[in-house]
Amino acid sequence: MSEQSIKTENEIVEEFGYFDEWLDKYEYLIELGKTLPSMSESAKTDDRLIKGCQSRVWLDYRLEDGKLFFTADSDAIITKGIISLLIKVCSGETPESLAAYDFGFIEKIGLKDNLSPTRANGLVSMIARIKEIAAENIHGA
Amino acid sequence: MFEVNKIREEFPALSEKVYGRQLVYFDNAATSQKPRNVLDAVSRLSVKSNANIHRAVHRLADDATEAYEASREAVRKFIGARSAKEIVFTSGATAGMNLVASSFCERFVSQGDIILVSAVEHHSNIVPWQLAALRKGASLRVIPVNDDGTLDISSLDRLLDGPVRIVAVTHISNVLGIINPVEEIVKAAHERSIPVLVDGAQGIVHTRPDVRKIGCDFYVFSGHKVYAATGTGVLYGREELLSEMPPYMGGGEMVGRVTFNETTYAPLPLKFEAGTPNFTGQATFAPALEMAEKLLTPEAVEYTEGLVSYMYERLAAHPDIVLYGRKKEGRIPLFSFTVNKIHHEDLALILDKTGIAVRSGQLCAEPLMDRFGVTGMVRASLLPYNTIEEIDYFMDSLDRAIKMLV
Repeated sequence: MSEQSIKTENEIVEEFGYFDEWLDKYEYLIELGKTLPSMSESAKTDDRLIKGCQSRVWLDYRLEDGKLFFTADSDAIITKGIISLLIKVCSGETPESLAAYDFGFIEKIGLKDNLSPTRANGLVSMIARIKEIAAENIHGA
Repeated sequence: MFEVNKIREEFPALSEKVYGRQLVYFDNAATSQKPRNVLDAVSRLSVKSNANIHRAVHRLADDATEAYEASREAVRKFIGARSAKEIVFTSGATAGMNLVASSFCERFVSQGDIILVSAVEHHSNIVPWQLAALRKGASLRVIPVNDDGTLDISSLDRLLDGPVRIVAVTHISNVLGIINPVEEIVKAAHERSIPVLVDGAQGIVHTRPDVRKIGCDFYVFSGHKVYAATGTGVLYGREELLSEMPPYMGGGEMVGRVTFNETTYAPLPLKFEAGTPNFTGQATFAPALEMAEKLLTPEAVEYTEGLVSYMYERLAAHPDIVLYGRKKEGRIPLFSFTVNKIHHEDLALILDKTGIAVRSGQLCAEPLMDRFGVTGMVRASLLPYNTIEEIDYFMDSLDRAIKMLV
């Protein structure tokens, strides 16, 4: 991963370190969800929809100079906050480094234990989709 | 006098804490918590009589068989069936509906026939019929639902007209919480000699269904929603119909004599109980229905009605909440709603972190979500072991969640 992404990761982990309470973490995710720009309605197509989430999550990307850049949206605000964290870290990375990336920060901020086992938020599906996009673009890069 | 605190003591799970907060369990329509007498039965049976039933001649097997059959008798008595032959143990309500959809349709449904369901059915009372209809070249017809969540019974005469071979309808919707007029539906269907299956998944918990009074031909339910062990269930079927239906699965104790040329089948109900059943689990119907009796006494019913009217009033009066199933009487303490401009998943996630367990999403009833034009709902479902204080805490937490999300 690039220095920039590692820095973003560390910032997120630090930010979440301030929260003792789960509801505070949610407040923060809600804030992130609200600040992430919405995708246009026409971009919310079925092929950009991530399967396996209770809410609808759309993920789009573009490849520029061998690097992936993501945009995302969701009809649920906490989920939108979560995907905004993911794309913040992943945007600007090469497909190769994303394919090998372990998303370790998710565990550090406690989202893995408390969110991923439920099929409700589909965090696992989001990560799988990012990995899939990375794999698909390795040869095209 | 119904003493809710005494009842709560019999359900150890109710004093659990989640995220350091007292659990408020409002997901009872999905599964109920288990009382001590059921937990004790599981551990006692697992030690004292863990042996395969109906087969061996040794003591443990005898005891296991006795517990299993005594439980069947307890079910028979509870729902007022004529004979224990009419009580088939299944792995749950879904399995019961699949059994009937498969075996009944195999025998009685053919090309061009119609199966009548309702708009408020759980997927488990839709998909098995669709599968059977596909196999047989039959089709589904649907009793519509009114805006208030009641079934549009006025259309029944028209809908029953034609080659309708069976009606499959739920006693109580798992989304709307409204008790459907199943007796009336059975009467109308029987006038045309059409059998009726009633999905009793919620009905077994909140009413004391009398299958002879309802008059239905089949009544199915799960054990796990009515205080019994998980992976258990019952199909009640009228003996005449069950006798005529072919077996659903083969093997195990469902046979009479087996040769490579021909196999005869065991008498009812074993004909429909292929393979080793969940004998420990099914035996818990006996203690579970004892608890159900306690929670259906006139005092308990009065208490529950208090919960229903209090929660209904609070939800109906809330300016941001859209409640589905807008009928205050003739309902159970089960409420599904949406909050304007807020996603059901967000609400459920925040409620979870305040210690409250609710269900959110399509509630296994996607056609009903489409009918009301929503992608999902939040559902709070209570049992007589829940309290007014819990409802207050729920409403406060809901307000807090709404404030966070707006």
